[in-house]
Amino acid sequence: MTEASRVRAVVSMQSRPILKSHTRLQYDRVREAWALLSPERVFWPNEVSLDILRLCDGRHSVALMISLLADQYAADEAEIAPDVTGFLQEWSDKFLVTL
Amino acid sequence: MNEPVLPPIGMLAELTHRCPLQCAYCSNPVELLKANREMDTAGWLSLFEQAADLGVLQVHLSGGEPTLRPDLEELIACLARRGVYTNLITAGVGIADGRIEAWAEAGLDHIQLSFQGAFAATTEKIGNSRGAHEKKLETARRVRAAGLPLTINAPIHRHNMEEVPDFIELALSLGAERLEIANVQYAGWALLNRKALMPEREAVERQVQIVEEAQERLRGIMTIDFVTPDYFAIYPKPCMGGWARDAFMVAPDGTVLPCHAAGTIKSLHFERFGDWSLSRIWHESSAFNAFRGTSWMQEPCRSCERQEIDWGGCRCQAMAIAGDAAATDPACIKSPLHARMGALINEAISTKTADTTPDAFTYRRIGRVTEPRAFQNGSI
Repeated sequence: MTEASRVRAVVSMQSRPILKSHTRLQYDRVREAWALLSPERVFWPNEVSLDILRLCDGRHSVALMISLLADQYAADEAEIAPDVTGFLQEWSDKFLVTL
Repeated sequence: MNEPVLPPIGMLAELTHRCPLQCAYCSNPVELLKANREMDTAGWLSLFEQAADLGVLQVHLSGGEPTLRPDLEELIACLARRGVYTNLITAGVGIADGRIEAWAEAGLDHIQLSFQGAFAATTEKIGNSRGAHEKKLETARRVRAAGLPLTINAPIHRHNMEEVPDFIELALSLGAERLEIANVQYAGWALLNRKALMPEREAVERQVQIVEEAQERLRGIMTIDFVTPDYFAIYPKPCMGGWARDAFMVAPDGTVLPCHAAGTIKSLHFERFGDWSLSRIWHESSAFNAFRGTSWMQEPCRSCERQEIDWGGCRCQAMAIAGDAAATDPACIKSPLHARMGALINEAISTKTADTTPDAFTYRRIGRVTEPRAFQNGSI
């Protein structure tokens, strides 16, 4: 058991984001949608968010994620990079993703 | 009801009313159920299966003290099998060796551990339980060692509001991901003890400043959820996210209610699981339909632009203070009875003794009326 880190994590291209252990991404058959479950809240990520979250497995670096997403959406890496890093920083601050 | 009824997302399961602590701020009903009224294992398992079928994604296992149920492992395993997110809400005293690991093994997702004070003396005084604080610290360590995520829950009132900065430090030192600073809501035992629990306005204002500063300072380090005190509010909270809108609760005997204090609305009738299926209760129970949506609303809610933000606030608070469950929650500044909230604060503060010890507490106990001696001795 260790004390919580007292420094806010900041996203970089080398970060390998992973979903926090208290969250779970799963398909809800009743509502026919993907849900991210956390202790008090349920999030309903849209398609783009879902594609990012699926890559948050601790193996993909942010740089690799951007390259894969750029391929997938036939977009410019430089164009989508701020959106991806912004999303990851926000989800890290919300305590859903570890950077 | 014109709008379609959507499936529920969350369920609060009060597995038992038994508890080793006797906190005066407890929101359980004053008439607590004894162990022999509790639904059995098969009943809870069947309820959880039906809840998952209906669309429930999260179950909060609570009480009383849910860990007093020896079948907790089995209940968790059933929910985990169905992909339901499980959150165990515990006081964390008297948990036998190996059980926390067994819950983790069964698939428990998260533990929420309450602290009545940031220091031992406060925790013991509020819960009326010696040694409770040390046991909670030990539970927190065992939760983290078992690899389970941890939320610290701090129920706040007059007797521990000054400890808010210490609660924040405590939660950080225990490695918690989340801290709930939850000002007590006056239902059940807390309503009975309202005068003894009510904080002073200046203390509330200081608290708000401290928590908001900490939320900013600890962004990305620890999440702090802040439940502000209703009596000092301008607008009401969307209680339960709206009556029978996306959550419900189940009492230890299997009675299904839209919220944990709904039993105080005596005009409503609640069904028990087993007599009716969960789906039928959710869709057809007259109690669930009584305040669903907005069509039941009176003025000022009826023409208010906030009606789908707060859904009229808390029905039980309207019952307790306005004497009418369909009235606007008096926490709302638009309620004609809003001034009564301020009057209740002033009344509580003016009767407060110079001594700050909570001598005036009516501690939470099952069956406060003593049973005949012959029954207690089993000698009839």
